[in-house]
Amino acid sequence: MIAISHTLIRQSVSTAFSKPSMSLDQTVESLKRQIASHESLLEDLRRQLAEAQFNQPPPGAQESQEQTFQASDDPLAHDLSHGIAEDYMNEVFAALSRPQGDHSPPNRWPLSQDEYKRYGRQLIMPEIGLQGQLRLKNASVLIIGAGGLGCPAAAYLVGAGVGTLGLVDEDVVEHSNLHRQILHSTARVGMSKVDSALVSLQSLNPNVNLVPHHGRLTPETAISTVQPYDIVLDCTDTPASRYLISDTCVLLGKPLVSASALRIDGQLMVLNNPPRSAGDPTGGPCYRCIFPKPPPPESVVTCGDGGILGPVVGTMGVLQALEAIKVLTRASTSENEQPVTEPPTLLIFSAYANPMFRSIRLRARKPKCAACSAHATVTPEALNSGSLDYVQFCGMIDPVNLLSPDERISAENYAKLRSEVNPYTGMEPAKDSHVLVDVREKVQFELCSIDGSVNIPFADVSGFPIPQPTASAAIPDDSHWVHELKNIPDKPIFVVCRRGNDSQVVVRKLKQLGLDNDGQRWIGDIKGGLIAWREKIDSDFPEYY
Amino acid sequence: MSSSPENLTVKVEFSGGLELLFSNKRTHTITLPAHTPSTSTTPTTIRDLVIYLCDELMRDPRRDLFVLDGTVRPGILVLINDADWELEGEDAYEVKNGDSILFVSTLHGG
Repeated sequence: MIAISHTLIRQSVSTAFSKPSMSLDQTVESLKRQIASHESLLEDLRRQLAEAQFNQPPPGAQESQEQTFQASDDPLAHDLSHGIAEDYMNEVFAALSRPQGDHSPPNRWPLSQDEYKRYGRQLIMPEIGLQGQLRLKNASVLIIGAGGLGCPAAAYLVGAGVGTLGLVDEDVVEHSNLHRQILHSTARVGMSKVDSALVSLQSLNPNVNLVPHHGRLTPETAISTVQPYDIVLDCTDTPASRYLISDTCVLLGKPLVSASALRIDGQLMVLNNPPRSAGDPTGGPCYRCIFPKPPPPESVVTCGDGGILGPVVGTMGVLQALEAIKVLTRASTSENEQPVTEPPTLLIFSAYANPMFRSIRLRARKPKCAACSAHATVTPEALNSGSLDYVQFCGMIDPVNLLSPDERISAENYAKLRSEVNPYTGMEPAKDSHVLVDVREKVQFELCSIDGSVNIPFADVSGFPIPQPTASAAIPDDSHWVHELKNIPDKPIFVVCRRGNDSQVVVRKLKQLGLDNDGQRWIGDIKGGLIAWREKIDSDFPEYY
Repeated sequence: MSSSPENLTVKVEFSGGLELLFSNKRTHTITLPAHTPSTSTTPTTIRDLVIYLCDELMRDPRRDLFVLDGTVRPGILVLINDADWELEGEDAYEVKNGDSILFVSTLHGG
């Protein structure tokens, strides 16, 4: 397949130059077409490569078929086969064969040579040791979300040698992911995040059994997806998924390592740990115990809107891997005793605070928790039947629709207004015929803005008090934006933001402040904001979201 | 941290984006009456502190990003001296001089 493609490329490239009679335009067109076609071919090849790498059997897979204990010249082996009490021999055999995964070569040591070398630096630590490594090797971890948290978490867990790692995600890799989602690469933009992550993880440690789960976790699929795993990492980015994952972990008795990050802050909790059955107050609290009610949807800020510093979310993902390793390797002090678990805490990380970390004591299980108490209403049946609507539970923001159609202008019409010659006067439009107010935050305005626009950040407008009719308006000074807009009473005001939501709120507010002179001055916004401006008018306008 | 018996001085901190509602400042030291109303003998509780913060400290008009139905909105953890307020009696907790109260908004990004 690959060889054929190479020939194709050679042939077609040579064709483009071998026809001198072709006009320059035709050549350009033909080259463009060929580039497009080869780009799609290349993308296909990349996908095939990823698939092939993913399906490649890990080294040692074949040898494991003939996994038997070979007698050798080794004196101990001789003793074992000839003159040692049978129960002792069985014990040794059991110890030697137990840790051997399906694809380890015959070995008289519990780990393969590769594993001793690979994990040596953690094996020599008392916190891990041989038993800890074997626990990791027998463990399976499900990571939900292959983004800013999931990528580093998966890298460290695969590096540490967990036996099985499952990854759930429905998104594809985008350019805006690459500054923090370290398993993906520029060449794999457009590939599914799960496939892209598996390519990296496979090359990092071929001993780990990687399981892709394409698509979003839904109430109907949650139980069957999570069931086979020992521990779950919530690396998602919405309240709805956080409640769903927590409920599923409670129902199935799985500990849950939950983290989140935004801008310069991160949070981390180990939930349902220990994972006792619902109603048992000695089990660890679940997400619903800590947050019985979801936050109002308008208070939820995404990384796309608020921003995120790569190492901040990376730190939180790495800490998730660490907590998972601690839970998986923790030893019981004796046969009958339960492993000791730390009391529940919330770790808060603030990159620009000093100290950067602080740990907060959390409550125990909530006696009336809807998920983990004796009065739980979240049941496997309710989950499987889809009768629990997590999206509705968490609510959605209604699209902003504050303005009437005559208070809004499309990006196209605004562009005409800026550039077109007046059909009646034959005049070019004056640059200052109107005011264009950009209400994004200052830092975004400085990235790129429409020529001639002025920046009045949304927070400044929405935070400005509406004067009482009786009192005279107390405006700080003459340079204040309210003054400046008042001083040009004839010029219409156009308001623009990123998407066309905040701009509507600002138009309302400017009118409440009386800046429309009782309807004599037009104030309105640009529909669809700068995203529409970029799509419809100025494709060179930077796309930073 | 000295204050007259009529007043309490407490450290109030905001995290997880809540500081944006309070002049983008994470740590505030505030002094408030030890009794609410100040002429009464009713000790000031966290509930009173929250109203005080809204009235005296918050510059942003979007109150509902902090308070809903008379108490801290869902999705905000209140920590009294580094422990979940559920361990301390929630909003009925009587504020003590020198207390450290932290309001943390949950994050959802990942």
